Amino acid sequence: MNKIVGKKIFSENVVGLDIEAPRIAKARKAGHFVIVRVDEKGERIPLTISSADSVKGTITLVIQKVGVSSRKLTSLEPGDTVLDIVGPLGQATHVENFGTVLACGGGVGVAPLLPIVEAMKKAGNKVISVIAARNKELLILEDQIREYSDEVIVLTDDGSYGRKGLITEGMEEVIAREKIDHAVIIGPGIMMKFASMVTKKHNIPSIASLNTIMVDGTGMCGACRVTVGGRTRFVCVDGPEFDAAEVDFDEMLMRLNGYKAEELKAAEEYSCKVANK
Amino acid sequence: MANINTDRTEYLKQERSAPWREELRKSKKNKERTDIHRVEMPSAPPMERARSYVEVNMGLTVEEAVVEASRCIDCPDPTCVQGCPVGVNIPKFIKNIERGEFLEAAKTLKDTNTLPAVCGRVCPQEKQCESNCFYKIKMNREPVAIGYLERFAADYEQNSGNISVPEVAPSNGRKVAVIGSGPAGLAFAGDMAKLGYEVHILEALHEIGGVLKYGIPEFRLPNKVVDVEIENLRKMGVKFETNFIVGKTATIDDLREEGFEGFFVASGAGLPRFMNIPGENLVGILSSNEYLTRVNLMGASRSGMDTPVVKGKRVVVVGGGNTAMDSVRTALRLGAEKATIVYRRSLEEMPARVEEVKHAMEEGVEFLTLCNPVEYIGNENGRVKQVRLQKMELGEPDADGRRSPVVVEGSEFLIDADTVVVSIGVSPNPLIPQSLPNLKVTRWKTLDVDPDTLQTSIPDIFAGGDIVRGGATVILAMGDGRKAAASMHEYLQNKQ
Repeated sequence: MNKIVGKKIFSENVVGLDIEAPRIAKARKAGHFVIVRVDEKGERIPLTISSADSVKGTITLVIQKVGVSSRKLTSLEPGDTVLDIVGPLGQATHVENFGTVLACGGGVGVAPLLPIVEAMKKAGNKVISVIAARNKELLILEDQIREYSDEVIVLTDDGSYGRKGLITEGMEEVIAREKIDHAVIIGPGIMMKFASMVTKKHNIPSIASLNTIMVDGTGMCGACRVTVGGRTRFVCVDGPEFDAAEVDFDEMLMRLNGYKAEELKAAEEYSCKVANK
Repeated sequence: MANINTDRTEYLKQERSAPWREELRKSKKNKERTDIHRVEMPSAPPMERARSYVEVNMGLTVEEAVVEASRCIDCPDPTCVQGCPVGVNIPKFIKNIERGEFLEAAKTLKDTNTLPAVCGRVCPQEKQCESNCFYKIKMNREPVAIGYLERFAADYEQNSGNISVPEVAPSNGRKVAVIGSGPAGLAFAGDMAKLGYEVHILEALHEIGGVLKYGIPEFRLPNKVVDVEIENLRKMGVKFETNFIVGKTATIDDLREEGFEGFFVASGAGLPRFMNIPGENLVGILSSNEYLTRVNLMGASRSGMDTPVVKGKRVVVVGGGNTAMDSVRTALRLGAEKATIVYRRSLEEMPARVEEVKHAMEEGVEFLTLCNPVEYIGNENGRVKQVRLQKMELGEPDADGRRSPVVVEGSEFLIDADTVVVSIGVSPNPLIPQSLPNLKVTRWKTLDVDPDTLQTSIPDIFAGGDIVRGGATVILAMGDGRKAAASMHEYLQNKQ
């Protein structure tokens, strides 16, 4: 049982939770994730750790409402508990002084990007962050990203905040004016696919942090497998970060939709249940 | 080790000369005993059980058990015991059943076996104790149904509400950690608790039991049977912590600092193997680990549970082991219209237990032997719709003595499938070796241990079960657990 000690509402659909997990708070590094099971009936879902406080013994997870599990999680309040949290899982981000790092975050992907931006900055890099979302509502953690970035470009699809445009436009602009030594790309699958095409085109070494379906998160089930450089890899133990140029994003997107029908049905049932309460 | 064996033989002899045993032996002529036919295990009707999760084998009645127990002639040299990886005193427990002392029989089992109700269900007795039975080796007849009797005694005790807790030595104030709560870890914990150690079991998943929970289905091993055995360990003082991944949540060094003096790595075989053939990452193709975990651990087949599972109409399971049988029979229970085993050798070479294959056939599973997948074909949404198979024939025996399959050129054909479960084995879980660079591993990535002591290259770390063996059985894992407990005890006593 892990107690929720803080909650921050970023928008109608995006919530941050501070959860007691002392061992994980102490052990985690940038890039790590946890597996969460909300209650007895819950699924096991992977969530990247956004930040942690090893003194208070808490970790922060940023969750976007998508399916039943994320809605259950976001409906919890301080004082409530989450039944199971295990981690930190995955390989930590490889951090070194590359020179200039381009950090690209889309939507809720800005949350897992934050600890990497912080670590890259602390390692001596010049960090330029490009963060984007569909609209102002969905843009999160801008101030925190600013704290560790030398420059931040903000874009929204509809122009409701920052510049109007896609993340790739912001990236192209930066790449056109200065030499980028390393890029980090985190966001929805489709965004990572197109952002990776940009860095690949300019021969910029870049990593993408993948968020696939998982069950156990320890290498046992293989639900998270992706093709990277023609080889099947497991996101949970080999990743979650891979060379962005090598990832088969089309296959990943296809596999992410594997349980779409079941998820939609479950989400509808859940909405009915909540509405009837 | 020779010493222990001699002691064991002496002990078995001594026990056999107990007055009640002598009396019981005299009560019936051996001829009367050997005239009895082996009992048949009653099972649920195939077509009914194939659509539900009821346990398939229903267990023996008291009368059946007593009669079967009386077949055992209580040999002076009980060869059956040599076939048991945990050295259960088999004649003693069986003779206790014959005389109606069922709780005593259970107690005898638990002297050396932490999980008798589990072993009575899933052990391959036909390859172990029963294959060494007097009936089998001297008379070429059906052996005493040792497995059924083990299950009978363990179930009798579980249902009696009068469960004996093995005696535990006074605390010696020393702490040891077990990594993984599967059969190896549980067996180890039981023995160490008996010796007076404070035992902490650290489990990565949210449930205790390892493969007994996530792997073996309810219809073969009900979870509540496992829970009773776990509860028994709790009563012996064993402490359990779930959601704890050693090497991630805390390192071995952290745990040493917290006062743990010995570690038993029983983290199992983790990673599922795939064949690396075209189309294998299509939607609807999954490992048996994923398939079974979704159903067994996450309850995906029960209503109200959030975890989904693919409910295929035409399910193909690739492989011929017990896990493949568990998967294909699970597919039927999830509503498959057709469930097919695809195996590259013939039925005779199948590694699955004969009983499991028989049950699967009774339930209507189709067997396509001497076939191997070479490609998966998907529809426009990336979901599998067909499997391209290739016919095989048997060639020369390989290193294991099994005839190896050889491709029949030009024999490819297609079958329809909307779900494919790949069940061709697992490789060892890499989490522990990754976190301990000095730990020696073999070229198969299993942990390298001294075969006599199960000690790894790091003195305070011992290992057993599938992380050492690569992929074996519940009972071999438990045997490792017991062996490691004995040698860790010796190691810690010398260190003191």
